[in-house]
Amino acid sequence: MAIRALLALLLFLSSSHFSFSIYEDQVGLMDWHQHYIGKVKHAVFHTQKTGRKRVLVSTEENVLASLDLRHGEIFWRHVLGTNDVINGLDIALGKYVITLSSDGSILRAWNLPDGQMVWESFLPGSKASKSILNIPKNLKADRDDLILVFGNGCLHAVSSIDGEILWKKDFAGESIDVQHLIQSPHDDIIYVAGFSGSSKVFVHQFKAKNGDLLKHNDAELPCGTFGELLSVSYDMLVILDDIRSKIVTINIKEGDINYNQKYISELIGDSSGQAIILPSKLPGIFALNLDSHVILLKLTNEGELVVVDKINNVAAISDALSISEGRHAFAFVQHGDSKVHYNVKDVNANDLNGDFVKESVVIDNQRGHIQKIFINNYVRTDRSQGFRALMVMEDHSLILVQQGEIVWSREDGLAAVVDVIASELPVEKDGVSVAKVEQNLFEWLKGHVLKLKGTLMIASPEDLAAIQAMRLKSSEKSKMTRDHNGFRKLLIVLTRAGKVLALHTGDGHVVWSVLLRNLRKSEACDHPVGINIYQWQVPHHHALDENPSVLVVGQCGSSLAGPVVLSFIDAYRGMELNALSLSHTIAQVIPLPYTDSKEQRLHLIIDADQKAHLYPRTPEAVEILQQGFSNVYWYSVEVDNGIIRGHALKSNCIGEVVDEYCFVFRNLWSVVFPSESEKIIATVTRKSNEVVHTQAKVMADQDVMYKYISSNLLFVANVAPKASGEIGTATPEEAWLVVYIIDTVTGRILHRMTHQCCQGPVHAVFSENWVVYHYFNLRAHRYEMSVVEVYDQSRADNKDVWKLILGKHNLTSPVSSYSRPEVIAKSQSYFFTHSVKAMEVTSTVKGITSQQLLIGTIGDQVLALDKRYLDPRRTLNPSQAEKEEGIIPLTDSLPIISQSYITHSIKVEGLRRIMTVPAKLESTSLVFAYGVDLFFTRIAPSRTYDSLTEDFSYALLLITIVALVAAIFVTWVLSERKELQEKWR
Amino acid sequence: MSVIQLVLAFTVSLFLVSSLAFESDELLIDDEEFGLEGGLTRPQSPPPTATTTSRKRFSESGSDSKIQFNLEHAFGDSQFSGAGNFSSRLKIWNHGGQTLTKLRFSRNSLNEIEQKNFELLQEDDFYRIRLPSNVLSPPGRDYIISSVKARCLTGEGLEENFVIHMEGLSIVAVNYGAPGACPYPRQLKLPARWSFRSHTVLRNSEQAPRAPIFSEDVGGEDAEGEIVMPPERSFWAKYWMYLIPLGLIVMNAITQAMNMPEEQAAGQAGAETQRGTNSAVRRR
Repeated sequence: MAIRALLALLLFLSSSHFSFSIYEDQVGLMDWHQHYIGKVKHAVFHTQKTGRKRVLVSTEENVLASLDLRHGEIFWRHVLGTNDVINGLDIALGKYVITLSSDGSILRAWNLPDGQMVWESFLPGSKASKSILNIPKNLKADRDDLILVFGNGCLHAVSSIDGEILWKKDFAGESIDVQHLIQSPHDDIIYVAGFSGSSKVFVHQFKAKNGDLLKHNDAELPCGTFGELLSVSYDMLVILDDIRSKIVTINIKEGDINYNQKYISELIGDSSGQAIILPSKLPGIFALNLDSHVILLKLTNEGELVVVDKINNVAAISDALSISEGRHAFAFVQHGDSKVHYNVKDVNANDLNGDFVKESVVIDNQRGHIQKIFINNYVRTDRSQGFRALMVMEDHSLILVQQGEIVWSREDGLAAVVDVIASELPVEKDGVSVAKVEQNLFEWLKGHVLKLKGTLMIASPEDLAAIQAMRLKSSEKSKMTRDHNGFRKLLIVLTRAGKVLALHTGDGHVVWSVLLRNLRKSEACDHPVGINIYQWQVPHHHALDENPSVLVVGQCGSSLAGPVVLSFIDAYRGMELNALSLSHTIAQVIPLPYTDSKEQRLHLIIDADQKAHLYPRTPEAVEILQQGFSNVYWYSVEVDNGIIRGHALKSNCIGEVVDEYCFVFRNLWSVVFPSESEKIIATVTRKSNEVVHTQAKVMADQDVMYKYISSNLLFVANVAPKASGEIGTATPEEAWLVVYIIDTVTGRILHRMTHQCCQGPVHAVFSENWVVYHYFNLRAHRYEMSVVEVYDQSRADNKDVWKLILGKHNLTSPVSSYSRPEVIAKSQSYFFTHSVKAMEVTSTVKGITSQQLLIGTIGDQVLALDKRYLDPRRTLNPSQAEKEEGIIPLTDSLPIISQSYITHSIKVEGLRRIMTVPAKLESTSLVFAYGVDLFFTRIAPSRTYDSLTEDFSYALLLITIVALVAAIFVTWVLSERKELQEKWR
Repeated sequence: MSVIQLVLAFTVSLFLVSSLAFESDELLIDDEEFGLEGGLTRPQSPPPTATTTSRKRFSESGSDSKIQFNLEHAFGDSQFSGAGNFSSRLKIWNHGGQTLTKLRFSRNSLNEIEQKNFELLQEDDFYRIRLPSNVLSPPGRDYIISSVKARCLTGEGLEENFVIHMEGLSIVAVNYGAPGACPYPRQLKLPARWSFRSHTVLRNSEQAPRAPIFSEDVGGEDAEGEIVMPPERSFWAKYWMYLIPLGLIVMNAITQAMNMPEEQAAGQAGAETQRGTNSAVRRR
């Protein structure tokens, strides 16, 4: 019997699943994939050898990448885990890229040409500390080139050939803060310098060969210190004192510590600002930032400080670059009126007048300020020194500048997408020029002739290639107007850098981008954060002459106390229409289901002081809100307390200033989870714009069940506090997972269920009347997915036909949350192989098409799983009627069919979220997945039953019809003639 | 006395149940016996003798003790004040868990001021209640609040329904409301009597159904025993692709056969006419 069931299942699988997969030549037709790396932290150039010139970068998204220096493309790339932050990057032996990550505990070597990992070593340590990677030149122990790593309170010397730890020194016992590893240029001695306490400097000397401690010295400074120690040369260190008025220079020659102090005012006269030593590594000099000036100070051999130069408006200073024996260059950039001035200077020149390069570059305003600069030199055709500079911008993009021009740029802010919404494109307007039509007509004809050739199999390989290229680059795809099927949309994306970009769904190109003034670092706010993006205005009535706009909500600082900033952006032109900096804070934003006469959506912003603020601030909006005043309910989740509260508006704020846009609210209900046994780890609601086609679900036995469809449902998943950590930290006995379905208007618990021996992380998706969630089962050592479906029993007795005919049913009676719900919940659990990063469900415009779950797997792919597999009515042996209804025989685990990966062979690196948008075509749903990479495609969960496929040859159809008509005429003429002849005979 | 018998039977069944680990022990208290209380008829009256005897029995068994916690209510935005109290027995299970059983509720009658307040609520405002989140040490971490539109209660003649969700000795939430439907245009209707009819239910968490685990060897045995027949299909389903062309051929043959004699006849006739025309031509 089981075999039969299995066979039936196999039969079903083989018959039903080919539709998800695509053919090779369909790749790229309706999907696109963009690779990003994130904001660059470190960059190392590799240009010495002939061959490919490249730059190695590590980023804030924990990506290690090798970029082509000519075009900015990625040669190879590795995305390390979210906890594996890269601390240092360098090249060893000229062929290995060395990375130090995870707070100095993992050291890896990657092969430079292809990015394969050569070795990896784990450097144990006991104490969290600063991590330093130092690859000294020509320092050998035996035959191995050494890599010096300080991390977790330990100094390690690692062989660069195989990653073996040659020797190790533990500093954990001594309460010291190591700041520098310095290699003496003359002998194989390593200086380890740092502080113990705030003012005691120490220097240890080690023999590089075997790690023997040669000398140990420390000295008390006469004052406290501020900031970090900077190593100016191999025996000189500088630091500021604690009130930032003096520069302390420390000489550590031969292990002896001597210090000098000099007042900053003695060097450059009086100044009011606070001085900061910039961390740029320049031999013999250092940079001091004071009053938005940068002062370059030279440290002479005698230990004297000399002011070399004073530069205004410096945005960034690079490290020094050795260009020949004893000569070093460094670069700095200044922001001019509309241009960026970029200078490369010789470090050793006394007056710094000898510029190597002085150029100006025009950089798009929307990229913001330059935050980092890395330089590299090359030999020009006239044998002089040339320089190229890699600049990291405020919007996290990366630019390569050479000869005063931007060679390439990468929009790497898109690696850190915070939120996305989809917006419609403009409606196509009349009055297209004739020339365009003619050209289009010719193209169209040519295209169809080619397609016809392809269909009739008479196309040459070149033609086939042309057809493929044409399909991929179809101008239809990236048009800037709305299409009939609703496939073309704008994805409006907010990045962590505070930049808003509009991506076209056709091919993913950036339509416009704007760096929000509000979300840039300024004097008012040090760390503005973009939080969310909302639809502000969607004109339906005036779609031709008004543009939709979006609202970006941000906050100053990531704590709750930061004030709110709002930005309103035109979704077509990318212009910031309005920007507000508000005095209140933000805890929650609630888009209300009301719009005003300008079709602006009303939003309530709930602040941390229990007040609700209405936007837009117009009297009309208040009037609209008053109409629905008693019907505005919302809830708040206090994760730390384990309390969920429900709220409703009460009245206007009472205060000294009358503010009619401010409201107080009251608590209507609360659910308090016992803190000793439950901890909230996930809450999920239905999407507010979800459409449900029908409430009734017809069973196989002609029975009807009614889905309990309420837009006010909240799914909450709680775990035992002991089991809230990682998998493996709790035993099965002390782990449980409790799930709730709560009505958010009344606070009623509609369903409550405990999974014993289960723990998080929980990923859940809520749609229609069901919720699907994913968790780990400790007893079975496997991941599981469960489904809960809620059915309305109060409507269940509407099955009687007579009742329906006589109108005695309650199907049209209004639904109220205050009525006592009579619901039943059905549930079933299944094993699932993968761990999950994100989960989403497809949404279509009318909700008729069956749904698919989109599961972002741990391998950064997106798997489409039919909702039918997660149906609590599945049984081991479904009856014939149930089979006809589409019920799949019950299995203990959910099948993973490799063809149903909608990302096919692509990896969406660092996948964080999946978003679905309905297209206008009912069968189709648009899917956008993002992480470090971006991926877009469109899927049809039940195939495209309502349209012809893209490669349908209209020309062939046309020609067939024409041929048929012609044949009719010809045969008619022939028959006439024949008849005539017959008659004449 | 039948009540005592009932209680005894219940305790026995409880002990039986307690031997199985962690069963859902949803306790639906019979309305007639405990839940339904006429506030006016028995306001703050001493509990009936039947229940006192049963309490004695419980205390004799040594595993139970009595617990009381208060219900408080508020009218609109007013302060909370006492509205009644729940009394219940603390049940200690063999595995150490503690739960409440035998929940009884006695509601205070509404006094004059409260009646006034309640009438004020008729502007479709909220009637709010609260319970402590921990019954042993009230109020626990916070109060459990629930509220309902006052018109929903008066519409049903002051009938109320409590579903108290428990987790051990903590109250997680309370579903409070009128038992019936309460659709939006809520009619203003003052109750005839200012006394609540209360129904209370205690509810604990259910266990989730286990993921089905199939033993692996079932399939193997079957495979050896019988040759699996593919599902039998009807003759038509199997051979339609042959039958349709066959049918067409047959049809064709039949029509041809039908036509044959006709054509012969027609041919003769045609020959005659032809002859006729020919002769006519000739004649011309």
